[in-house]
Amino acid sequence: MISESLVDISRLQFAITAMYHFLFVPLTLGLSWMLVIMESVYVMTGKQIYKDMTKFWGKLFGINFALGVTTGLTMEFQFGTNWAYYSHYVGDVFGAPLAIEGLMAFMLESTFVGMFFLGWDRLSKQQHLLATFLVAIGSNMSALWILIANAWMQNPVGAEFNYETMRMEMTNFAEVILNPVAQVKFIHTVAAGYVTGAMFVLSISAYYLLKGRDIGFARRSFAIAAGFGFASICSVILLGDESGYEVGDVQQTKLAAIEAEWNTEQPPAAFTLFGLPNDETMETDYAIKIPYLMGLIATRSFDTPVMGIKDIITENEERVRNGIVAYGLLQQLRAGQKDEAIIDEFELVKHDLGYGLLLKKYTQDVVNASEAHIKMAARDTVPAVAPLFWSFRIMVASGFIMFVIFTLAFYHCAKRQEYKQRWLLRAALMALPLPWIAAETGWFVAEFGRQPWSISGILPTHLSTSSLSADTVFNSLTAIIVFYTVLLIIEMYLMIRFTRLGPSSLHTGQYHFENKHN
Amino acid sequence: MILDYETLKLIWWALIGVLLIGFALTDGFDMGVGILLPIIGKTDEERRIMLNTVGPHWEGNQVWLVTAGGALFAAWPLVYAMAFSGFYLAMMITLFALFLRPVGFDYRSKLTNTSWRSGWDWGLFIGSAIPPVIFGVAFGNLLLGVPFHFDEFMRPTYTGTFFQLLNPFALLAGIISLTMITMHGAVWIQMRTLDGLEGRARSVAKLAAVALVILFAIAGFWLNIGIDGFIIEHMPSANSAFTPDHKIVSQQAGAWLINYQLYPWMIIAPIAGFIGAISVYFCAEADRSGFAFIGSSLSLTGIVLTAGFSLFPFIMPSTTDLNSSLTVWDATSSLLTLKIMFWVAVVFVPIIIVYSTWTYRKMWRRIDTHFIRSNQHTTY
Repeated sequence: MISESLVDISRLQFAITAMYHFLFVPLTLGLSWMLVIMESVYVMTGKQIYKDMTKFWGKLFGINFALGVTTGLTMEFQFGTNWAYYSHYVGDVFGAPLAIEGLMAFMLESTFVGMFFLGWDRLSKQQHLLATFLVAIGSNMSALWILIANAWMQNPVGAEFNYETMRMEMTNFAEVILNPVAQVKFIHTVAAGYVTGAMFVLSISAYYLLKGRDIGFARRSFAIAAGFGFASICSVILLGDESGYEVGDVQQTKLAAIEAEWNTEQPPAAFTLFGLPNDETMETDYAIKIPYLMGLIATRSFDTPVMGIKDIITENEERVRNGIVAYGLLQQLRAGQKDEAIIDEFELVKHDLGYGLLLKKYTQDVVNASEAHIKMAARDTVPAVAPLFWSFRIMVASGFIMFVIFTLAFYHCAKRQEYKQRWLLRAALMALPLPWIAAETGWFVAEFGRQPWSISGILPTHLSTSSLSADTVFNSLTAIIVFYTVLLIIEMYLMIRFTRLGPSSLHTGQYHFENKHN
Repeated sequence: MILDYETLKLIWWALIGVLLIGFALTDGFDMGVGILLPIIGKTDEERRIMLNTVGPHWEGNQVWLVTAGGALFAAWPLVYAMAFSGFYLAMMITLFALFLRPVGFDYRSKLTNTSWRSGWDWGLFIGSAIPPVIFGVAFGNLLLGVPFHFDEFMRPTYTGTFFQLLNPFALLAGIISLTMITMHGAVWIQMRTLDGLEGRARSVAKLAAVALVILFAIAGFWLNIGIDGFIIEHMPSANSAFTPDHKIVSQQAGAWLINYQLYPWMIIAPIAGFIGAISVYFCAEADRSGFAFIGSSLSLTGIVLTAGFSLFPFIMPSTTDLNSSLTVWDATSSLLTLKIMFWVAVVFVPIIIVYSTWTYRKMWRRIDTHFIRSNQHTTY
């Protein structure tokens, strides 16, 4: 049997590397469009200050981009190195969007990012703007394909299990691309990226305004960030990806866990604003509830019920029993008994094969699994509630605080008095970590909420690992943590140094520190 | 066009080859530059000249590797799973080495501190030298066969150790790979720089070309007499989907040379490997650096193809469970996935080539001291 420690350490490694990667990605997604906006203004008006803005924010973009690329490599290697069985089992479906991402998006982004930094003197104004635009389009398309792959893990459509090759195979590519979960996730994720880019520029500009230096530069940057950020935060909130929880069984389970809905409630369900969910007793202590709201958020209606956790577990117990049958038939097929009857019977139950595989955590002899094991497997189909409940609420709270800040910033910019509102500038500066907190907790909800599956309802996480020793993975994890910490320190050092220096780092002779010294 | 399963399996073998060669040719020269950075770049300014010859391009070049990885995942999931998890430590070392490149390029010249810069120069050296060595060693091990097997549910298990990978033949393959990448970087520098660097690059290119011819010949000789190849005795129709354990494989002396008898045109690959390297020597000597670069590209292509042709139809043979060996016939994705990915590649690879070429044309110039001095704050 696969050791629990191998599974845990592999999961930890994936979580750490993915969340670390996602420190850099959202900033790239958002800042790239802000560079396009700034440079467009430069090309249209010919005003040098907008070129300087593009170059300065571009410098910070570059410092961030380098680590985004670096940590992205880890993700690409990791499926193969640490999740070999996963790679075999779903590579036929999951590999395609990753390969397309490289060919269609990442190549475009990376080829033109070089033009962005070094092509100022070699390209015409319009050509350079085109290069900047292609970087932004490339990074956003990159997100699209990665999220199509990720959405397939949450809601695996357009594919079927083939017992001849022992894996999931694509049956309908259009369904994989048009997966409703993918669409919702894409909008939500890139909009969150835009918010990150906007908050980054807003906070740093607020810092210059508070310090009273490079006012013209900072006010223009602040205004663009306020407008772009306000539009983006509205889309994140209005198009929050809760609507993606309607489709797919596992998505619905995730929703029940986020809301700590232990029992199925009569529609429209109440929303638990606050409480202490207890995974042992399956109750939420000290719950504060808002009537009707949950039904509205989750189902966009007053009459569709949201299934509760206890009912989900009961339902899944049946699926585990069904999965045992599927597993037994698969064993016969793999042993070469390919009678029509066995094949037909297998086709009828194979959609629950994954639930049978859940038992492998407890016994090798799935067909003769005990009642206790079946109950444990069914219980496993619901992830731990408390961590999801809390991370979701942290994400939403961060989002609403940012909404308030962007709204006020936008309002005061429109009245051309933002630089006088020191309280607003301070709030904007303090809010700098919020988009990252929201993004990281958001990812945690999406991926921890998918447990115990790596592919929802198809492949349990604990079967997905490579055949390695836990020590091997532990060593690589240690090395990664050391490496990543050093890289982060270096990155933060450069980021802070160039942020402090501000546009003076461009050496144009126009800005604060240059005037002082010259 | 009739795209049956068998044809698509062959096409994908060719396409993976195209991506790997694309990686070797493009990322190859910027890795070569990284390797030569502390060797022929004597001063900070000279190193900046070298870095800026690849400055606008290394980022895009590296994506050839990312794309080849993605294509491997999509088209040959079993190979991706087995190679990456089996060669675990080697892959991790490659990954850590590759970490040093984006940060090295982007951060090095952001500060003027001397130890900061020379630290990143060594980082770039490591990040550029280690991956070619490991990829070479990996290819060497593919030719020797690797100890692995699958269980009845197709879970892959590698039973060897890391140090087993470091055997004499594989190390020779690693050195060949390092030599060809160094040669490629040297002719690139000769073509793109002035102020004395091009002269030093010429010497390196000539030396590497001679070494490459000798080492490649030794490897060919070794492969001929000292290594048992693999052949498929029996398998289900190439047009059907089956798992590797459904075929029968045996190991035979000289089996890696059979393809050159069956398909005599394949001999063009090793010939290109030699002729390309020889022409590098003479073109570099005559200061025809553009031709030297073409020769070097030809040589790299020939050498990568030689490995691929010798192995065909094998990709990753198993020494401990011969039938588990992965081949182009049984390590592939489904018909539908291969078909979709084929069309994606047919559309996007030419587009990539067009826009990449445009960026090279726009940025083409010889980089010299004057250029670096007048662009202190904007270049690498």
